[in-house]
Amino acid sequence: MTVITVNGTEQKLQVDPTTPLLWVLREQLQLTGTKFGCGIAQCGACTVHVNGVAMRSCITPVSAVAGQAISTIEGLAPSPDELHPLQQAWIDEQVPQCGYCQSGQLMSAAALLSKNPSPSDADIDGAMAGNICRCGMYSRIRKAIKSAAGVATVRSRPG
Amino acid sequence: MGKWTRRGFISAGVIAGGGLIVGVAIRPGNRASELSKHVTSEGETLLHTWVKLDSNNVVTAIVPHAEMGQGVGTALAQMLADELDADWSLVKFEEAPAISEFANYPILKGILLAGVDMPDIVVPTVDGVLIRTAQALDLQITGGSASVRTTGAYGMRVAGAAVKEMLRIAAAQAWQVPVDQVVARDSQMIHEATGRSEPYSTFAAAAAEMTPPASPTLKTPDEFKIMGRHVQRHDLPSKVDGTAIFALDVRVPNMLYATVKRAPTFGGGVYNIDDTLTLAIKGVVDVVRLPSAEVSAMVGGFSSVESVAVVAEGYWQAKKGMDALNIQWRATENDAVSSDSIFAQFDRDISAAVDRQPDVSQGDLAASMANAAQVIDADYRVPFLAHACMEPLNATAVVKDGFCEIWIGCQSPLSFRQAVADSLGFEVENVTLNNCFMGGGFGRKSRPDFAIQAAQLAAKVGRPVQLIWSREEDVQQDFYRPAVQSRFRGALDEAGNLTAWENTYVGKMEPAEAPLIPYIVAAKEIGHVASPTHLPLGPWRSVDHSQHGFFTESFIDEVAVAAGQDAYEYRAARLKHLPRQLAVLRKAATEAQWAVPLAPGRGRGIALQESFGSIVAEVVEVTVTDGNLSVDRVVAVIDAGYAISPDGIKAQIESGIIYGLSAALYGEITIKDGAVVQSNFHDYGSVRMSKAPTIETHIINSGEVMGGAGEPGTPPIAPALANAIFNATGNRIRQLPIKNSALKV
Repeated sequence: MTVITVNGTEQKLQVDPTTPLLWVLREQLQLTGTKFGCGIAQCGACTVHVNGVAMRSCITPVSAVAGQAISTIEGLAPSPDELHPLQQAWIDEQVPQCGYCQSGQLMSAAALLSKNPSPSDADIDGAMAGNICRCGMYSRIRKAIKSAAGVATVRSRPG
Repeated sequence: MGKWTRRGFISAGVIAGGGLIVGVAIRPGNRASELSKHVTSEGETLLHTWVKLDSNNVVTAIVPHAEMGQGVGTALAQMLADELDADWSLVKFEEAPAISEFANYPILKGILLAGVDMPDIVVPTVDGVLIRTAQALDLQITGGSASVRTTGAYGMRVAGAAVKEMLRIAAAQAWQVPVDQVVARDSQMIHEATGRSEPYSTFAAAAAEMTPPASPTLKTPDEFKIMGRHVQRHDLPSKVDGTAIFALDVRVPNMLYATVKRAPTFGGGVYNIDDTLTLAIKGVVDVVRLPSAEVSAMVGGFSSVESVAVVAEGYWQAKKGMDALNIQWRATENDAVSSDSIFAQFDRDISAAVDRQPDVSQGDLAASMANAAQVIDADYRVPFLAHACMEPLNATAVVKDGFCEIWIGCQSPLSFRQAVADSLGFEVENVTLNNCFMGGGFGRKSRPDFAIQAAQLAAKVGRPVQLIWSREEDVQQDFYRPAVQSRFRGALDEAGNLTAWENTYVGKMEPAEAPLIPYIVAAKEIGHVASPTHLPLGPWRSVDHSQHGFFTESFIDEVAVAAGQDAYEYRAARLKHLPRQLAVLRKAATEAQWAVPLAPGRGRGIALQESFGSIVAEVVEVTVTDGNLSVDRVVAVIDAGYAISPDGIKAQIESGIIYGLSAALYGEITIKDGAVVQSNFHDYGSVRMSKAPTIETHIINSGEVMGGAGEPGTPPIAPALANAIFNATGNRIRQLPIKNSALKV
């Protein structure tokens, strides 16, 4: 048996310990907000937090996170009637298009802001490098991160 | 043939042999119980095929288009709500069920009448007659950037206006006052003289008994209250908290999971399978061979070739099972085909020009060439491309007792439903299709091969099955954007004027006008030769415009350089006959400060392309430092006639630019041994945050016929970028992707 804590709730699992966390979340725990995009940690759609750190759940065996605290997009909002500042910023800036990658984008951004409340453009580039958005909403994501962080939204340009 | 009914939806039919059909685009007031049961619940009244009103005065727009990211529901609801004078906070939308009564006939009208001036008398009438050649009749397609300009313009607005008139009449009758004294405002009917005011819902039942007006009066733009305004998309709250349901998120009791594999070399099939190791894996339920399925011309006309599926208790076991499967594929005649052999074939076929088909032949090309002061030649190439939607292809199916229910995210629910029915040998009425949010579409989800596989699997296994393609399968079994080679010869006179434009390319798809140029030239000769390959091909965001926009807008840049003139001024001087194009180009140059010189190592490029009824110009700024390319800034201008949802258009342009930029910088599907080399995002690259330029989008509301937004942002980005690179470095990019050039991207 593998025991993990997801969004504050302890879960006892009877699964093949090599099963990636992604599929445990989606199929055993019915937490479908975390998405499958590539299966090889190239796109970031599956990003969750393990002890507050952004991790790609598609390549993380569930055995590797036994006993650890996992949070998913379903656990990002502080309460059922309150959004995380990033979620609100995502709506204010009208970030999502198809929306499929956005759980992962939000989890990467939340991990960034939790350790760096005023990220620079380079910080954002670094933290968000693992998340692909095929709808190409990068400039809106950047704006939304800055607006949630309360930092200026003007991006410096070369030249 | 369909039949006329007093208030029913007219479903026109197909005449065998492909003759003409006559139907009715839309006709409001359909309250047939047949439709109502699909879309209403307690306390709701269906007032029109696309409008329902509940007892709490909430208006729901029933949108016959699928949501793949473009915010279509919101824009269409804006159009309906504005004509209806509804309170925007009381407006919702839902996607129409996949039944033919909700087919978006206005799309046909849009296709049919594209570029044609409709007589005023036809445009606003709900009885506008639709004539088209018989092809697929039941359309609920999301594609061609068509939703707002066809369904919205010819459908939603008319529906909203018609429903408002019916409600006004019902209110007037209830209050015993003249209709012209009843005012509709913010979802209330108001009679000012007596101070009466009641919500629309009060009159819903009475209106539902009424015959709808034949031609309701539509608003003029100065009367718009919701159209043209920024409103927040309805679907976004569920897309920031993980609750939005994509097809992959569907859960059906007792469901199994499966994954599939087809022969890597297109056209191949299974020779032998050894499933010993697979069946030994705990959780694997079965290994299933799925037969090929012919998809009729009505729904795409292709063959969904044989595949092998592993069915298991979970996706992970299915995937492990697939990895352990030992499949021997049959040899095919294409086993030696490579990208090199394909491009050698293209080159040979262009040179031979056998059966060259002209697109345009105008002026005396030979004379212009003979008298030229300067002739320039260039060959351009672009590779095959995959779509790589974020959500890998998937579908969930239940097949039981002669019925099939399927959950999927697709761009054409009615044709998918038909294809599933055909593959199972069912009547289409016995197939229910639930369309979910799509995690990207870009054209890929217009082909129903994955729906057929899921249905076949569920039928074979006898339990509900969720079929999930691996990303590898998604990249390697796509319907690809065609690779194209295009050859140009341009002639200039002593003054640098363009006097001849000759162009031959391989492979014609659509739209037909994609390779045409807007610029004034004395003689032009544009045509194509067929040079088929064994790859399955399909529509890719902006279809042929994505290749030809790159070719023609790069070559006109070469012509301007040969003439020794400014790339923007040269174009502008040849657009005097097209004031909309000229205005878009000018605004792009102005907003981008075209005339302001850049530092060494930096460059600007411009491109213009009309597609799907919209005109877009883009200016790109780049920096090249020690061979490293940085795409710094894109300024885009779009004239889509009228922007119903300005922020929605901007978002679509941003998206189209990044999608096209990913392709221009990194995108290529190459072929080796007849199969696709790339397999996942590590070798089929995409623009990421650090490489994304700032994008500024400007909208021109010219008031002309509305154009699309989902696709027109894509075509100009590759040529504007290549032209900027030339401007910065003097190196002309004639082949994509740019990662294969000397530049580091």
